[in-house]
Amino acid sequence: MTDSKYFTTTKKGEIFELKAELNSDKKEKKKEAVKKVIASMTVGKDVSALFPDVVNCMQTDNLELKKLVYLYLMNYAKSQPDMAIMAVNTFVKDCEDPNPLIRALAVRTMGCIRVDKITEYLCEPLRKCLKDEDPYVRKTAAVCVAKLHDINAQLVEDQGFLDTLKDLISDSNPMVVANAVAALSEIAESHPNSNLLDLNPQSINKLLTALNECTEWGQIFILDCLANYTPRDDRESQSICERVTPRLSHANSAVVLSAVKVLMKFMEMLPKDLDYYGTLLKKLAPPLVTLLSAEPELQYVALRNINLIVQKRPEILKHEMKVFFVKYNDPIYVKLEKLDIMIRLASQANIAQVLAELKEYATEVDVDFVRKAVRAIGRCAIKVEQSAERCVSTLLDLIQTKVNYVVQEAIVVIKDIFRKYPNKYESVIATLCENLDSLDEPEARAAMIWIVGEYAERIDNADELLESFLEGFHDESTQVQLQLLTAIVKLFLKKPTETQELVQQVLSLATQDSDNPDLRDRGYIYWRLLSTDPVAAKEVVLAEKPLISEETDLIEPTLLEELICHIGTLASVYHKPPSAFVEGSRGVMHKRLPARTGSGEGTESPDVVNAAAGSAPEAAPSIIPSQGDLLGDLLNLDLAPSTNTVPPPTTSGMQMGGMDFLGGGLDSLLGGDIVGSPAMGAGFGVAPAVMPASLNAPVGGGLGDLFDLGGGVGMPMGAYIPPKTVWLPAMKAKGLEISGTFARRAGVIQMELVLTNKAMSVMTDFAIQFNRNSFGLAPAGPLQVLTPLGPNQTIEVSLPLSTVGPVMKMDPLNNLQVAVKNNIDVFYFSCQYPISMLFVEDGKMERQVFLATWKDIPNDNESQFQIKDCHLNSDAASNKLQGSNIFTIAKRTVEGQDMLYMSIKLSNGIWVLAELKVQAGNPNYTISLKCRAPEVSQCVFQCYEAVLKN
Amino acid sequence: MIGGLFIYNHKGEVLISRVYRDDIGRNAVDAFRVNVIHARQQVRSPVTNIARTSFFHVKRSNIWLAAVTKQNVNAAMVFEFLYKMCDVMTAYFGKISEENIKNNFVLIYELLDEILDFGYPQNSETGALKTFITQTGIKSQSKEEQSQITSQVTGQIGWRREGIKYRRNELFLDVLESVNLLMSPQGQVLSAHVSGRVVMKSYLSGMPECKFGMNDKIVIDKQGKGGATEEAAGKSDLGGSGGGGGGGKQSIAIDDCTFHQCVRLSKFDAERSISFIPPDGECELMRYRTTKDIILPFRVIPLVREVGRTKLEVKVVIKSNFKPSLLAQKIEVRIPTPLNTSGVQVICMKGKAKYKASENAIVWKIKRMAGMKESQISAEIELLPTNDKKKWARPPISMNFEVPFAPSGLKVRYLKVFEPKLNYSDHDVIKWVRYIGRSGIYETRC
Repeated sequence: MTDSKYFTTTKKGEIFELKAELNSDKKEKKKEAVKKVIASMTVGKDVSALFPDVVNCMQTDNLELKKLVYLYLMNYAKSQPDMAIMAVNTFVKDCEDPNPLIRALAVRTMGCIRVDKITEYLCEPLRKCLKDEDPYVRKTAAVCVAKLHDINAQLVEDQGFLDTLKDLISDSNPMVVANAVAALSEIAESHPNSNLLDLNPQSINKLLTALNECTEWGQIFILDCLANYTPRDDRESQSICERVTPRLSHANSAVVLSAVKVLMKFMEMLPKDLDYYGTLLKKLAPPLVTLLSAEPELQYVALRNINLIVQKRPEILKHEMKVFFVKYNDPIYVKLEKLDIMIRLASQANIAQVLAELKEYATEVDVDFVRKAVRAIGRCAIKVEQSAERCVSTLLDLIQTKVNYVVQEAIVVIKDIFRKYPNKYESVIATLCENLDSLDEPEARAAMIWIVGEYAERIDNADELLESFLEGFHDESTQVQLQLLTAIVKLFLKKPTETQELVQQVLSLATQDSDNPDLRDRGYIYWRLLSTDPVAAKEVVLAEKPLISEETDLIEPTLLEELICHIGTLASVYHKPPSAFVEGSRGVMHKRLPARTGSGEGTESPDVVNAAAGSAPEAAPSIIPSQGDLLGDLLNLDLAPSTNTVPPPTTSGMQMGGMDFLGGGLDSLLGGDIVGSPAMGAGFGVAPAVMPASLNAPVGGGLGDLFDLGGGVGMPMGAYIPPKTVWLPAMKAKGLEISGTFARRAGVIQMELVLTNKAMSVMTDFAIQFNRNSFGLAPAGPLQVLTPLGPNQTIEVSLPLSTVGPVMKMDPLNNLQVAVKNNIDVFYFSCQYPISMLFVEDGKMERQVFLATWKDIPNDNESQFQIKDCHLNSDAASNKLQGSNIFTIAKRTVEGQDMLYMSIKLSNGIWVLAELKVQAGNPNYTISLKCRAPEVSQCVFQCYEAVLKN
Repeated sequence: MIGGLFIYNHKGEVLISRVYRDDIGRNAVDAFRVNVIHARQQVRSPVTNIARTSFFHVKRSNIWLAAVTKQNVNAAMVFEFLYKMCDVMTAYFGKISEENIKNNFVLIYELLDEILDFGYPQNSETGALKTFITQTGIKSQSKEEQSQITSQVTGQIGWRREGIKYRRNELFLDVLESVNLLMSPQGQVLSAHVSGRVVMKSYLSGMPECKFGMNDKIVIDKQGKGGATEEAAGKSDLGGSGGGGGGGKQSIAIDDCTFHQCVRLSKFDAERSISFIPPDGECELMRYRTTKDIILPFRVIPLVREVGRTKLEVKVVIKSNFKPSLLAQKIEVRIPTPLNTSGVQVICMKGKAKYKASENAIVWKIKRMAGMKESQISAEIELLPTNDKKKWARPPISMNFEVPFAPSGLKVRYLKVFEPKLNYSDHDVIKWVRYIGRSGIYETRC
């Protein structure tokens, strides 16, 4: 009975011996030989040479032997496609076997053999098996469709297997239903816009029924599928939630988490004042806590998810702090995650307990964990004001331990505490200064230097302390150098008499001896500020700092929403959207939470949105991206670390605060007389010494008018091109003005830019980059500005765009965030493109298809708009729209009213269907838009209006 | 879905490798070995992403099980599956060890073929699997037998087959609790909870419909309000045997519970009644968690005094806190000692105590101890002088024990059996209930 002996044969000539044994007459010997082959295969030896001999053993009535041969086939068929054909006959025969186990085995194995020639033979047996009388065969065949689809998607569609698979959702056997759901979900994932998993109230009901009856795994497939459904209204949402909640008591954690996902998603639609909403919130806490008594690996998955849930709905677990206390024997990955959640849940009510725990953790062994615990103490101080004092004293205790990394970490967080509560805890500075020598990490050194500079007036020997850092100035990291520069300038402004020498020393170190442009630039600016206007310098350098926020490491809201839709999956473990780690088309679809439907409003009444008032009917205001995201996304564009040198700005309103200040400073500097030190000449050698006084005066307006003209003359019957508008005024971009528009010409989307240099220096090295956007727009090539752009020169560039870039939903949908770089700096602006440039040329639908699709799209997705004061007749309108790839498919006249039916296809494959009502003599048109992605309707409507009125 | 599944020994040699998806290449096997098993640093996450491929791993003794995928799979499901895989293997051939895996590799491949299809987990209940994956070659099954197997594997009651017969209908209920405690040196309870399991071993004929009842606060309160008659028919033979240490607690508040898949969850959700058709033999019927009114069987009172830099005096008192008539067993107190300990002298009133240098701890063992008693140990620890700046972390004092009652106060009120088709009634079933409370993580900081 021991099979381990098969692993031990390593002699030479083994293959030859095996060959002989495989061809032996004795059944037992054959079987032994096949086992040896499989053992060799497992450890990675190449036994493909035995292919014909192994396949010869296939025709046997011994099921065990058969399975072994199949295993071999699955591994090697791909490398020996011609030989694999030999096996087909046996497969086909086995698919007719009276024993359902053998039928299923055959169809299961055939699907795993990825050889084109074999797949052709697979179709007929598979068709039979899908309708087999035995549920075991049917459930295996359902999965086999997914396998076949993976090999040859077209074949599966042509053979009509998808319809058969859909029928299996109504099968009487719950396991067949579950596997069919799993297979369909997977296939649907690779066709994002297909309506394969046609989820409607009836099919949902079937799934919910099967949910009660199938295996734990089946329940997971079904729940994961349910999570993709968007209920029509809050009532439907509630009834689904009611039927899903019992799953929270399942012993399988994955079932529980998938149920939590469905509930978290559908809860979005429930009105908050509903009793049931509160009940549901209460029901969610206990199962989440129970997950923490599972095995450590599952605890980890659960904790990563709880981290998301706590950010989305903190109320669920706010009373459960204790369960996140770290146990001595928890694996480190569990400990770190628990700590994260503890900080998020910390509040005035539980802070005493939390602090006591954190203090305990700070004495543990694992360095990462201890650091995180110390940092957490600081976070508590910032989050709960009442606890700040105790936190500070705890941190001081920890500093007394003299454990190096604890001290450094403590100093970093104390800096933040000073920021949050200015002028409150400065008494501890003396203690901090004692540890100056032991700091060897840049972050801690920088923090300490910041503290010294900020409170220079209270530290008697501040100059000595800072001077001591200055000795090794060039060995420090940039972070420390920048901080040291600022700190010494602060010191100088506070105690000018004693520190003149010091400040000159640091300025010359920064400007003359450093290779780092950021450091040099900052040095020059300080130098000039100090030499021209010390009062202004004081205002700038010692300005009041914006408050720092309470929460850190919060996941950005749109990402959080997406991750909530992925609860339980890898995405929720990595805290990244699937597109970040999954290759190919799968997972690129971005999921989002459904919108809350007002319970008071009748959803039946069509929303007629008045065009005049409806210019911005969407409630959500357009969000200016916080500096954080923009920077994050555009970092590739080589933004030097300089932007957050002075104490990192954390409020989102502070967009580019630092930069503006720098820009303004530069301009006024250049405008003014340049007298400073001789070093300056070197720094600004490029800039001409004289420049006109008015930089930002009327030139802009004049140019703007000109552009308008240019836009109007465009192509008379071609696509609609909006007039050029100024996207980036020169004031904001150190003299670079950018205006432009978008156009679609011969199927190519183009961004037409006009760059004007209103500064005095020559601009070169232009580059452009887009932030992720709704339709994946990205530059198809580099920005072609070949010649340097001289002062007062203007250049027109047209940049071809592709739609294969990374996708992220924007608000508004057609918003585009752009970064333009030149030799001076990086500039950001955002603009909106007309969605019409995404309308593709083959957007004309067949009449029949149009009719079917119109019916197929649920009425909820329909939106109506009015276009006022349009004096075209229906034919002229149709012609005009055609120019922008809006195709009229049919026209009907009812009682003097023309009805135009039109179709549009977007570059990402979304179809929009439209019905335009034109009444003779009435300048107001009514338009109904239907689309599977109703979000685009608003933008499409805006295009209609723009095209028709132009 | 799961793209492949590998099993490695502690050296990182592949014992089992089964690839389900085309996107997983042979190099994935090596990637995991190099980056995780042979990694220089301790692994910091059970999920590892190497070159856009995600690896999920669990370890059983020194065997690594790794599932691989390139998609955004349900991570919780993958781990649940790996645990289930371990359960199935244990049920088939006992302990998961290199030897056992090598000895049964054909069987494992056969199992993997059955319970994972194209990376989708399929029915993995051992009861069902054992009916047709036997390793004794093919049995000549009759047509009826075959269809019975397939309907069981795919059916609603996948965990039980038809036609089971016993001469004596018997069932055993074990209430197994582990009580967890974290206490401050001052004796303040920082956190305490009981995680319990009800394990049922049933030897019942046919397809018996069972109903389980316990002193769940919600149920009892509901009955009290309605003035309903005590429906617990089996109360007399089950109720009295608990006898915990905490006195007459009528009902307990259960924070949360989860059930074996045989329990009808929608019924529990609606009526809070636990009804099911049990699998034959042993199964874990439910798991639960309580945090309120826990009887803490032992109290540990530590006293640590540092005498200079080279000496430590430790005194630990333990008090048992339950009925004097009950006996706790297998008591073990583990007192950690600093790494630079050079010698230890111990005096204890009861049991045996030893300093174990390899474990950096004094281990004090007591075989038996009755309720409401007290015992004490004192030790003098000599330390080597070090210039290590870092202070000793003082790990908590931990404790192990076993007591014959349920620290949560849970009591089984009844377990009723109905089998409408066969002629035996609830009264004919012999039922046994046993309560065992064990220490989970039972720690007192010092």
